Amino acid sequence: MTQRVKFYQTGTLTAGNRLLDPEMRAVQSSIDRSNALTSGHRACQGCGEALGARWVLDAAMRASGKRLVAVNATGCLEVFTTPYPESAWQLPWLHSLFANAASVATGVAAAMRVKGKDVRVLAQGGDGGTTDIGFGCLSGMFERGDDVLYVCYDNEAYMNTGVQRSSATPPAARTATTPALGPEPGNELGRGKSVPLIAMAHRIPYVATASVADLHDLEDKVEHAMRLHGPRYVHVHVPCPLGWGSASEDTIRVARLAVESGLFPLFEAEYGDVVRVTPIRRRVPVEDYLRIQKRFAHLFADGNVDGRRVAYLQAIADRNISRFGLLGPEGAR
Amino acid sequence: MNKPFAITLDQGSSRANHTGSWRTRRPEYVDRLPPCNNACPAGEDIQAWLARAEEGDYRAAWEILVRDNPLPAIMGRACYRPCETACNRGRLDEAVSVHSVERFLGDFAIAEKWAFGPTVASSGKRVLVIGAGPSGLSAAYHLARMGHAVTIREALPRAGGMMRYGIPKYRLPREVLDAEVRRILDLGVRLELSAPITDVLQSSRDYDACFAAIGAHLANRVEIPAADASRIIDALQLLQDVEGGAIPRIGRRVAVYGGGNTALDAARTAQRLGAEETCVVYRRGRSRMPADALEVAEALEEGIQVRWLRTIQSFENDELVLERVETDARGGLHGTGEFETLEADTVILAVGQNVDLSILEKVDGVRITDRVVEVDARMMTGHRGLFAGGDMVPAKRTIATAVGHGKKAARHIDAYLRGTTYVHAERHEVATFDMLNPWYYSDADRTIQPTLDAVRRRSTFEEVHGGLTADSALFEARRCLSCGNCFECDNCYGVCPDNAVVKLGKDMRFRIDLDFCKGCGLCAAECPCGAIRMVAEEV
Repeated sequence: MTQRVKFYQTGTLTAGNRLLDPEMRAVQSSIDRSNALTSGHRACQGCGEALGARWVLDAAMRASGKRLVAVNATGCLEVFTTPYPESAWQLPWLHSLFANAASVATGVAAAMRVKGKDVRVLAQGGDGGTTDIGFGCLSGMFERGDDVLYVCYDNEAYMNTGVQRSSATPPAARTATTPALGPEPGNELGRGKSVPLIAMAHRIPYVATASVADLHDLEDKVEHAMRLHGPRYVHVHVPCPLGWGSASEDTIRVARLAVESGLFPLFEAEYGDVVRVTPIRRRVPVEDYLRIQKRFAHLFADGNVDGRRVAYLQAIADRNISRFGLLGPEGAR
Repeated sequence: MNKPFAITLDQGSSRANHTGSWRTRRPEYVDRLPPCNNACPAGEDIQAWLARAEEGDYRAAWEILVRDNPLPAIMGRACYRPCETACNRGRLDEAVSVHSVERFLGDFAIAEKWAFGPTVASSGKRVLVIGAGPSGLSAAYHLARMGHAVTIREALPRAGGMMRYGIPKYRLPREVLDAEVRRILDLGVRLELSAPITDVLQSSRDYDACFAAIGAHLANRVEIPAADASRIIDALQLLQDVEGGAIPRIGRRVAVYGGGNTALDAARTAQRLGAEETCVVYRRGRSRMPADALEVAEALEEGIQVRWLRTIQSFENDELVLERVETDARGGLHGTGEFETLEADTVILAVGQNVDLSILEKVDGVRITDRVVEVDARMMTGHRGLFAGGDMVPAKRTIATAVGHGKKAARHIDAYLRGTTYVHAERHEVATFDMLNPWYYSDADRTIQPTLDAVRRRSTFEEVHGGLTADSALFEARRCLSCGNCFECDNCYGVCPDNAVVKLGKDMRFRIDLDFCKGCGLCAAECPCGAIRMVAEEV
């Protein structure tokens, strides 16, 4: 899906470029982008979720010709965008409960079908609303075959309520509920789940992972998802400077290191099978990713390295790399 | 009061919430000085002309180039390109081949017969330029475009100075040199050839200012005990003879004494004149050789041998006696008392050169120190209205430096003639590699120029390196990272989580909306070229 335009100065890696054909530039480089999530929202400085949500929705708005309704689960994204009576959304948007975004979206899609309107539906939530609280509704939406694109913005904990662990929190990470104390500091090893893989098990038309590290890749995937019908799922990695303890200007860098280390694999699956992966460009050890986040600081306290936990995380990255073939054709050789 | 149940307020936009008040630091767009521009002795705005070349607008690129340097086709061939040594891309893969794009633009301009743009209205002032080398031509060009009437007096029969009499044809074809000189003369510059000056004050009496740019054509000598002194010839004389069409008499085995560019040019020329073996003898090691590394490499490719750390003791019966030399920790040289021989029937001396300053020695106020003329920050000598540049003032003796002197002197001469002062724009901070975010640049190997095969390089004076095609020039220009200057990649606009970067449209760049910018710094961190700086807000 990811198109690579041969352009020597910046490749397609920057948002746009004055020399590139406008059609080849990212939606985000366009002066006419929707700004579906506009200024004045109350997300923290450098919020990855605010960034990821605008990228996703602007791409979906363009793909749908601005005929799009968004349904939001409870979470940061809902709270920071809609303190009554102000809204940062520049598209029809509704919020009901924490658990039921997928079900509400099912209803909206059904209503549009009944009314004979060609309006697309996008449901979105954080990892808490998706992988934990709204998981049953999401699985039901997949299983019923509803025509909804569900987007999960994964910042790996419940950030809005003060950084509590979710089932998307990585092993060893410190959260308010997994303190860096005692013999097993941080999030317990061996827990958690991968919702993209679970979504694939529903054999739905499209599952993809994306990251704010790669704008073009993300937009390509959203646009592709919008061309399809039926249940579709896109899981976007969005660093949280507050919860992860990273610098606000490092949001994209952190996301990039997650991708380049192999901890967050970028892939696409259709009807249960992986069909494409975005190869790692410059592989880095997981330590590079861990060291710039305070939630992993206990792994490197006092100049020591918690070898067991770092190795555990490295093993996850290595397994992703071999499982998805993330080093590309050259790595396979 | 027509609100739905339980609704008491109108729906508002979040834009009422000015999150800019959270900010403790703000992003600022800056234009930093690219390292190439910083390194260019001719003061070229390399990045600016590469940017136009990237768009395929070669005319605009050339216009920007010649704002600073009227000799791009020459410079693209003969400059030792400090820009490429400084290029940040060298830290990623390989430096941008600036010279080959410059040469392409220069050649394209010659092929398309482009002329220089209009000059300003005539000032009515007259300037005499002494010497039609790179510095004199550069000064003449800039002064002419500034509206002054310029006359160049050249002692030799053709224009070009060291570009003609020091740089052999295989590095700089004469049609190229002639075309670029002619274009300067087409501005109305008068050129008097074979017109040496004996008395500067007398000759410049009818002029309002004078710029002296005499090249270092005076060869240094070194005494070598020899049976037949006629077989010791001077490198500059050899190059000059070849240029004049004479075929100098050299033998089959030639030794060149010296380690500068002239030594290598003489060696490569001797090879082309039919020498079977050519060996350069130099008293220091390779790393201490003043010759440009590129030139050394090319000479070695052509089969020239070099004996480093040797001095010539005597030259008799087709045999040189060489003494091995050692360097001490402080760089001093000491003979070792170990000797070896080298078969040679001709010795070419290239042991440094100087400027014939005799015409300036008696001028009131002119100070000469270490065989060069002292000039002030305006390039003016101690004699009012008499300026000097190029080889004759203390600086590196390269074409680019000479061209830079010509430009600088012209600006100050112009100010002098108009009774004003030239103030140079403030230099921006240099865009160093750590200011870039190289992630965004894709890999692209440097374009290789076509090169003449080794056999023809040993026997003919054909140009060694070929030029780029329009396609490869475009490719190469696009390898530029645009260090320190926005190239409108839209990254800042794309990565702002708060929509606080306003895109203003093509060529107008961006603006920060400080009502909403929270100061996160993502725009600065993700700017590929380091054109955004974060500054603390005053609290």
